[in-house]
Amino acid sequence: MYLGAWMQTVTLIPGDGIGPEISVAVMKIFEAAKAPIQWEERNVTAIKGPGGKWMIPPDAKESMDKNKIGLKGPLKTPIAAGHPSMNLLLRKTFDLYANVRPCVSIEGYKTPYTDVNLVTIRENTEGEYSGIEHVIVDGVVQSIKLITEQASQRIAEYAFEYARNNQRASVTAVHKANIMRMSDGLFLRKCREAAEKHRDVKFTEMYLDTVCLNMVQDPTQFDVLVMPNLYGDILSDLCAGLIGGLGVTPSGNIGANGVAIFESVHGTAPDIAGKDMANPTALLLSAVMMLRHMGLHGHAKKIEAACFDTIRDEKVRTQDLGGNSKCSEFTDAICQRVRDMD
Amino acid sequence: MAAHSAVLSVSKIINPFWGGRLGNTVKVFGTTLTSHRNKTQRAPPPAKYGGRHTVTLIPGDGIGPELLNHVREVFRFSCVPVDFEVVHVNSALETEEDINNAITAIRRNGVALKGNIETKHTMPPSVKSRNNLLRTSLDLYANVMHCQSLPGVQTRHQNIDIMIIRENTEGEYSSLEHENVPGVVESLKIITRNNSLRIAEYAFRLAREKGRRRVTAVHKANIMKLGDGLFLQCCREVASGYPDITFDSMIVDNTTMQLVSKPQQFDVMVMPNLYGNVVSNVCAGLVGGPGLVPGANYGRDYAVFETATRNTGKSIADKNIANPTAMLLAGCMMLDHLKLHDHASSIRNAIFTTMNENRLHTADIGGQGTTSEVVQSVMRIIQSKGQLTAEF
Repeated sequence: MYLGAWMQTVTLIPGDGIGPEISVAVMKIFEAAKAPIQWEERNVTAIKGPGGKWMIPPDAKESMDKNKIGLKGPLKTPIAAGHPSMNLLLRKTFDLYANVRPCVSIEGYKTPYTDVNLVTIRENTEGEYSGIEHVIVDGVVQSIKLITEQASQRIAEYAFEYARNNQRASVTAVHKANIMRMSDGLFLRKCREAAEKHRDVKFTEMYLDTVCLNMVQDPTQFDVLVMPNLYGDILSDLCAGLIGGLGVTPSGNIGANGVAIFESVHGTAPDIAGKDMANPTALLLSAVMMLRHMGLHGHAKKIEAACFDTIRDEKVRTQDLGGNSKCSEFTDAICQRVRDMD
Repeated sequence: MAAHSAVLSVSKIINPFWGGRLGNTVKVFGTTLTSHRNKTQRAPPPAKYGGRHTVTLIPGDGIGPELLNHVREVFRFSCVPVDFEVVHVNSALETEEDINNAITAIRRNGVALKGNIETKHTMPPSVKSRNNLLRTSLDLYANVMHCQSLPGVQTRHQNIDIMIIRENTEGEYSSLEHENVPGVVESLKIITRNNSLRIAEYAFRLAREKGRRRVTAVHKANIMKLGDGLFLQCCREVASGYPDITFDSMIVDNTTMQLVSKPQQFDVMVMPNLYGNVVSNVCAGLVGGPGLVPGANYGRDYAVFETATRNTGKSIADKNIANPTAMLLAGCMMLDHLKLHDHASSIRNAIFTTMNENRLHTADIGGQGTTSEVVQSVMRIIQSKGQLTAEF
């Protein structure tokens, strides 16, 4: 029995819409599980810094730099607010270069696809989302896709490290080097080099179209997938669709200097905000991913099992999962299960 | 009938005179008046000597040669008046001589049937994809794929009926790449107004022709604001000229999510090149795999038919296990293009009977039949219908 167990502080960004209520749900469940986590709540609404450049509030940045680990709810995308999306700002501030999404079929939430168990690792800083576009002449637009050696190397190394640390057997690089010979060719070369350094993990390469084709026929053949930005965006959402959508998919963003922000990737759902109808599963599973990243595997397993058991039980489910329970009821059911496990 | 010819003559007067001046109005007005003339399929090339068509055949690599041999066998057996001019393209060569010969042959004949030509990674980046070269040189701007659930094939989703129209010449496949600074590669994605209008026009015309109710544009304009924004704008412009067809748009990542959960919601989809690649492969996978769906590449003057997902299938080549359905159906699409509808229907019906009634399936759709068994069955069924056939 440890008195005064070592607590780790995590920056919590509740977000907008249903963000606050699902954050509360997660905090409650963590408390019931006696997870050694202390939460430091921060707001990341963009402010104009000295020099007129948009940035996240300094206290938020300070907290993240100190704690290194963050949990984030959904953020509103501003239209005509004058500043870029907060997600983009966070990404740039902390150099969040890898977006990791483990997609595991949830027993008890039936989709046409069972036994899905794969991880998509997406390069998150460059590629097709460089934002560099020009109008060459009236009616001709050029968008630039940027692939650099440095970023490709970084993401490839991360993919193999992740595979090693999480006991995954193989890494597949997804590309279109038959058409984009130089850019995807460079990406592929870096993946091959990283594979040489990690011989204990199997490495394969597959065209994007072949991956899509095979993914919808037999997703069990895939393990860890690593790819540039655009393909990653499409494939990670495709895989989320296989297991039930964004409402049940966890996601983590890994940055330089050991920073990691875990988040739910669904929207703010303003129509159900404040009505105790939201489903906290996505944020909860992201928090579980966070626990695993921090090495707290015991607590992670406990909370995850409680969550899956509750969904499988079908008695207490939120509306989006086909039930008619409230968010608080769902949360309490999980808390009860967690307590019973001790 | 008098009204019909009156409409024809009115349109003849209006179009040339008002063409440049009324802009969008002409598009709307002109379309309704002249749509009966601007059919999606152009007139076939004149039949060659003796009433027989000549079609270019490019075997390609992997399973291409064996499947195209089967197509020739079935055509010969059914006495189809088509002669094939075979042009080989060696994917191991760095020169473009081979592919240029193929392109010349297609320009001469107007129609081609092809297998996929492999793009070897060991080649330097200056060696471009042969398939892409073919498409851009012949300006085959529309890639059309029709994904339908087949009753005889077991899949997770049923009742799928989606037509995918994909821009085939520009976008991410422009093959314009450079390395200004070592270690930093830029790849250009080009979207032009002309090509976007052209493909949107094609999509809506095809939708109207086939009696489809809804066209969905797939894009990522929230990130690529100028590029995909232009594409979307062009689609909206064209949509305004087709008030009988509903138009909506969807972001590509949401599209893929919707496709794996509720594919029945989609009718006709139009999109730029890369998203077309992703969506067409997802849809092909949903209806049963790469062995089932044929694809067509249409340009203003030429048409090239192939399997929809363009796989080389190296791992299953020459093992007599490949599914001939996609290539045979591509052959039927070609026959329809050449206005040889009777032949097209008889072969198509034989294929579907084999698949849905006899349930003779190859390994990729869960059966144990070989390629030749399926082809023999198709030929037997054609013979049993009493049409003129050659000997077995």
